[in-house]
Amino acid sequence: METNAILGRILDDHRDQPGALLPVLHAVQEALGHIPPDVVPAIATALNLSRAEVQGVISYYHHFRQEPAGRHVVRVCCAEACQAVGGEALAEHARARLIGSDVTLEPVYCLGLCACGPALQIDETQLHAAVTPAKFDALLARLARAE
Amino acid sequence: MKATVYVPGDAAALALGADAVAAAIANEAAARGIAVRLIRNGSRGMVWLEPLVEVVTAQGRIAYGPVTVDVVESLFAANFLAGGEHPLRFGPAEQIPWLARQERRVAGRLGVVDPKSLTDYVARGGGEGLRRARAMAPAAIVQAIADSGLRGRGGAAFPAGIKWRTVHAATATQKCIVCNADEGDSGTFSDRMLMEGDPFCLLEGMAIAGLAVGADRGYIYVRSEYPHAIAALQAALSTLAAAGDFLGEFRIEVRRGAGSYVCGEETALLESLEGKRGIVRSKPPLPAIEGLFGQPTLIHNVITLASVPDILAAGAAAHRDFGIGRSRGTLPFQLAGNIRHGGLVEVPFGLTLRELLYDFGGGSRSGRPLRAVQVGGPLGAYLPESQFDTPLDYEAFAAIGAGLGHGGIVAFDDTVDMAKQARYAMKFCAVESCGKCTPCRIGSTRGVEVIDRIRAGDAAQIELLEDLCETMVQGSACAMGSMTPIPVLSALNHFPEDFA
Repeated sequence: METNAILGRILDDHRDQPGALLPVLHAVQEALGHIPPDVVPAIATALNLSRAEVQGVISYYHHFRQEPAGRHVVRVCCAEACQAVGGEALAEHARARLIGSDVTLEPVYCLGLCACGPALQIDETQLHAAVTPAKFDALLARLARAE
Repeated sequence: MKATVYVPGDAAALALGADAVAAAIANEAAARGIAVRLIRNGSRGMVWLEPLVEVVTAQGRIAYGPVTVDVVESLFAANFLAGGEHPLRFGPAEQIPWLARQERRVAGRLGVVDPKSLTDYVARGGGEGLRRARAMAPAAIVQAIADSGLRGRGGAAFPAGIKWRTVHAATATQKCIVCNADEGDSGTFSDRMLMEGDPFCLLEGMAIAGLAVGADRGYIYVRSEYPHAIAALQAALSTLAAAGDFLGEFRIEVRRGAGSYVCGEETALLESLEGKRGIVRSKPPLPAIEGLFGQPTLIHNVITLASVPDILAAGAAAHRDFGIGRSRGTLPFQLAGNIRHGGLVEVPFGLTLRELLYDFGGGSRSGRPLRAVQVGGPLGAYLPESQFDTPLDYEAFAAIGAGLGHGGIVAFDDTVDMAKQARYAMKFCAVESCGKCTPCRIGSTRGVEVIDRIRAGDAAQIELLEDLCETMVQGSACAMGSMTPIPVLSALNHFPEDFA
């Protein structure tokens, strides 16, 4: 389906929902991988908001992206509980390993895996705990093999 | 007879390989021609034993953990399906001392039931609170909550009865129940575990709240970092929809957050639910008077609402009888960070921090001495060893300038650099500030810079840091800016040597 059709379906689904903007943005990002700037006017019109309001919401929340991500998104927890067990070293290792790769690396502030850190999330679905640099490399290798 | 095997589907267990373990058990059973019924329960909270596999036997549910794929074959060889001996065998799960010493009330069904099964839920006492509430006048339900002494479990510990009474007394065409499941504090995961492991309990608590205050709509705002919790709630709602009138007229919608920490603040959360940026509102008006879409709204954290069914079922006194002082009932504490036996510890208020850290936690995971413990999330104080004997009680913690918050406890060993942790607190505030008020938005960035200069050897900047913290405390609109100085100053005051 092309972008306009997808967008039309999403806006139809949420038209009568009070406070629909976040659910709409989630649905768009799930369908398209990101929220392209050219969908903003249609969302604004459908929800009776100004473009500035829609843009303001997109840019406010860390979760929403307006540029496509890499082939995979790896989120490494950078919060205190993971820091206490080597989270920073893991994040540093991940940064070094992923320079120039097509994997997007992002910090995340807590995945709720605080008793078994350091933790990370791959593509919003896979979770991994007690991640050492060696385990990180093995996970990357597995991602590459899966393609 | 078909053997029944439990392999947790909780996010922490999954992160430690539970799916692969479940698949390996199914495969090995098939290869041996044994029929096995696999149930994906929640986690009992013994995270250090996850994945914790349990087998139903005549002697109870025998636990093995932590199970990895490569030991599955040896488990079968040891006849674990009949509870056979194995190096990973812990005996009946309920008798593992770490669990047996707890007082499981709100977390009583965690890891025990199949979170997808309404039958399981009802068999373990689920639905009883709602059944009783239906036979009561709304004001009597409100009174039961007030009598129980329940206080908000999200962090502020505000008496729930007062909130309920206010929303109950308000007149409006559409009141709302909002569940704050934006559990963003590092070191906390009790909301997540409850939503994943016992979702019906939260839904029942919301429906009871609806009866009490006269609301027939509820929202659960779950952070986007918790996709498994969202899926579990949605599955539970579908089950209830198919089962008919369990919730009566009460309708619940699950909404997803979008990665903003400050949306855990109740008014920012309401803004976000309305489709706006998560910017905090000025109070008053309180959400109980003017909340979601301007209507009277009862907003509570997950554990608060999940405590409600048991209070109605067992009576207010059963809740009030636990705890000390004005901290009544139990709190599911979360032992996290550098701790050997981390996980969910539900105990009555009144134990000391030391008992939690050593009797339950077993000290540090690294084997080095524990040096600092942060209690209550990123806005909570860092406590030194000399304060470990403080009882876990809202007032006792307030007396030492700390707070219990949502019950998250993050342990650090002696390799921690406390000036760096103080810098992180300011940095986190800078990343997550909603930007509404200047002390928080700009103060946090200046705070990072000042701490950088202190760490570079400029001791004269310490006074400046203290002044900046005072400005943030006095001048910020919400807890984000006004409480960030708590970890910063507690690090500075208790560990001055790290700032030299």
